[in-house]
Amino acid sequence: MEDNKYKKFGISAFGVFLFLPIYWLINMSFKTNEEILGGLTLWPQNFTLDNYVQIFSDPTWYMGYVNSIVYVCINLAITLALALPAAYAFSRYKFMGDKHLFFWLLSNRMAPPAVFLLPFFQLYSSVGLFDTHLAVALAHCLFSVPLAVWILEGFMSGVPKEVDEIAYIDGYSFPKFFLKIFLPMIRSGIGVTAFFCFMFSWVELLLARTLTSVEAKPIAAIMTRTVGAAGIDWGLLAAAGVLTIIPGVVVVWFVRNHVAKGFALGRV
Amino acid sequence: MNKVQNNKAWFLVLPVFALVAFSAIIPIMTVVNYSVQDIFDQNNAYFVGAEWYREMLSSPRLLDSLLRQFGFSFAVLAIQIPLGIGVALMMPAKGRMAAVWLIIVAIPLLIPWNVVGTIWQVFSREDIGLFGWSINAIGIDYNYASSPIAAWITVVLMDVWHWTSLIALLCYSGLRAIPEAFYQAARIDRASRWAVFRYVQLPRLRSVLIIGVLLRFMDSFMIYTEPFVLTGGGPGNSTTFLSQELTKMAIGQFDLGPAAAFSLIYYLIVLLVCYLFFTIITHQDKVK
Amino acid sequence: MAEIHLKSLAHSYSKNPTSASQYAIREMDHIWEDGGAYALLGPSGCGKSTLLNIISGLLSPSEGKVLFDGVEVNNIPPEDRNIAQVFQFPVIYDSMTVFDNLAFPLRNMKVPEVRVNTRVNEIAEVLELEELLSKRAKNLTADEKQKVSMGRGLVRSDVSAILFDEPLTVIDPHLKWKLRRKLKQIHEQFNITMVYVTHDQLEASTFADKIAVMYGGQIVQFGTPRELFERPNHAFVGYFIGSPGMNLVEVERADGGVMFNSIKVPLDNSINAILNESASTNIKIGIRPEFVHVWEEPTDGAFECRLKVVEDLGTYKILSIDLDGVEFKARIEEDAPVPTDKVYISFPEQWLKVYLDEYLVDPTHDALEGA
Repeated sequence: MEDNKYKKFGISAFGVFLFLPIYWLINMSFKTNEEILGGLTLWPQNFTLDNYVQIFSDPTWYMGYVNSIVYVCINLAITLALALPAAYAFSRYKFMGDKHLFFWLLSNRMAPPAVFLLPFFQLYSSVGLFDTHLAVALAHCLFSVPLAVWILEGFMSGVPKEVDEIAYIDGYSFPKFFLKIFLPMIRSGIGVTAFFCFMFSWVELLLARTLTSVEAKPIAAIMTRTVGAAGIDWGLLAAAGVLTIIPGVVVVWFVRNHVAKGFALGRV
Repeated sequence: MNKVQNNKAWFLVLPVFALVAFSAIIPIMTVVNYSVQDIFDQNNAYFVGAEWYREMLSSPRLLDSLLRQFGFSFAVLAIQIPLGIGVALMMPAKGRMAAVWLIIVAIPLLIPWNVVGTIWQVFSREDIGLFGWSINAIGIDYNYASSPIAAWITVVLMDVWHWTSLIALLCYSGLRAIPEAFYQAARIDRASRWAVFRYVQLPRLRSVLIIGVLLRFMDSFMIYTEPFVLTGGGPGNSTTFLSQELTKMAIGQFDLGPAAAFSLIYYLIVLLVCYLFFTIITHQDKVK
Repeated sequence: MAEIHLKSLAHSYSKNPTSASQYAIREMDHIWEDGGAYALLGPSGCGKSTLLNIISGLLSPSEGKVLFDGVEVNNIPPEDRNIAQVFQFPVIYDSMTVFDNLAFPLRNMKVPEVRVNTRVNEIAEVLELEELLSKRAKNLTADEKQKVSMGRGLVRSDVSAILFDEPLTVIDPHLKWKLRRKLKQIHEQFNITMVYVTHDQLEASTFADKIAVMYGGQIVQFGTPRELFERPNHAFVGYFIGSPGMNLVEVERADGGVMFNSIKVPLDNSINAILNESASTNIKIGIRPEFVHVWEEPTDGAFECRLKVVEDLGTYKILSIDLDGVEFKARIEEDAPVPTDKVYISFPEQWLKVYLDEYLVDPTHDALEGA
């Protein structure tokens, strides 16, 4: 089919469009600032690893990554721990106010984070959680938990209730059934949820920056404050940027099969 | 699924409810509280009723931002939706390359938003960026730091680069759900490529597209980080959208009262537009 | 109208098949004659859908040729083969009305709107869809949707064959017979070659003049429903056709016939001769429950057995009988006397079939062939 030629050309063009800016960043990360500011070169004339070395050796830099990863993981843990039982309830039971609760949860996804800036700042300060990983993780939960419940409910509804009933007849207690039988069946769903939680929490800047100052400062905040007296350290900035892309690629590689299914449910 | 009526299920839902209520209701109430007070400091706060609301709704600064915001959202939607559908149609449906392209297309969605801003900041500069330099090299005067038009183009381009993939991935999965028999029948019916798209694929994409448009509208309406890093809102005010305006007011100036009122107006606009969109769509379904 | 000839046809989904098991369709030669109504009957996975898709052109066979009226069509795409195909579940264009659905193939061929109008109305009348013409296709019931699918196939005047891939699968049982009747009516009215794939023998026998039974990628018998019933060419045909199917028992050669356990079944010498020529040990005897002769008293040539179960199905009864450890089913009329414990059965010679390597041993036939 000649169709395929156009398709290949089209998708490759789009791929180039997506990749070019990223390539440019990678390109810059291996250059010195002099080279960057000196003129435009398509690949590093004086290849250098200095920028990366600096990041890996300077705690203020690499701690940024560590902090980000820590709160993303905490967020994921809390989200799953809360969303799994809730999604199960929505999937298996009818209860008073269930529809209203579901829609209310979803509506929180529509709230502009900027609206919560100030209240969160004051709220978390007042409970002594300011500048902790937990604060950021919890703040992100406002958006990730409803999403997780929605995605998980979709996957859980795909498992027939008969499975639950058979387990009870076989003598499983609810926790045992849930952990040993049910969860493995919705593995894809958990993978998809983890992907979307990561996708939101890792990339979000506003709340993460507002709720932290020194201890739990995420890499995003550190990067936005790299303007020094001598101007912007482009090479360093580029290297830092490249390093933030890598975890994303790793995560999507691991869940690539599940993600297709997740998007298929149309639940983002 | 035949669900069993059981109010004890609330126990399972309670943790979620508590967290979200805590995170959502308390802050919102705080915001509402601030929005009706004039706050000088911790101890000096006076009830001023709807004054801030009136002020905000008539503030030219706010209305300008609102206008810019709508303009931005419509511009990006107009590009991202057709482009996203097109990309989804071009992505291979199966085989090794399918997974590879899936990952390539997904990457922009996984980059921290400030890095997206940084990437485009660098990429579009005429001195150190490939894009900026190239445009200037072919004779077009392009500097996003000084020209509002250039700034707008860059911001829109950046958002298209960033988020088209979301629409593409949604549509891609929607397309995969179409059984082969429909394509086979269309072949036998001698349908043209366009007819296949219009009568087989597009109807099936409807539900994912509704979600996609809704999400993209909401997210573009709330955008903050990327344009902030790229242009800082400038030159001047030209790319200052609603979130940035609000943040400036709340954190920058600490004008709590007005900021709070603004916040609520903002939230309500988002909810209102979403509600309208949803109603129109479901109404269309009923009419059919 | 078209005669469809499958010549040395075989198909494997693997690129370089090395063994017979990798073939979905094993080499076959078959002719579907012009204007006939045929059924392609077989269990799931036997290759019927594959064969159908090869005929329609949606699948290209890895070996062999497909000929329409003597012309090779292997490289001709489905849209140019003048065939129509109806799938297992209704394939309709949701966003269009029934009228537009039916008009779709014609409009794609740029037929003038006036002609489209007449033709659609014609077909709608035949299929009893006139009242639904302005309704949106999305809102129809499953059987109405299937009728629309069929209509789209019929609406093109250049259609020479219609292929049906288990089209009644999603239809409610009580509506199936209506649609089957409608199909038969269409066949009589339009005289188009029709090939109907199914795993339901009742559907096959009510619809088709001749049935091709498929098993393991091959057409093992092609005949009228009656031929299949009375003279199954292949052990599988015996087993598959009939309700319940043929009683089949594995046997060994014995003096003057065959035997299983301690039961000796005498056979005609001509059959024995053919058996002795082969070294194979795959021998079966088969007899349909309808033809098992049940006696109340001990009779010459009848075997004594024990009655296990009697199932009363209204107009007839099924007896499950144990003959020396092997179960036989016999079918008797509703008024026939039911024995209580001991029962005597015999196997009338003309109905007792012998299968060597799954195929029917038929001395007269072989004699004609000069085997």
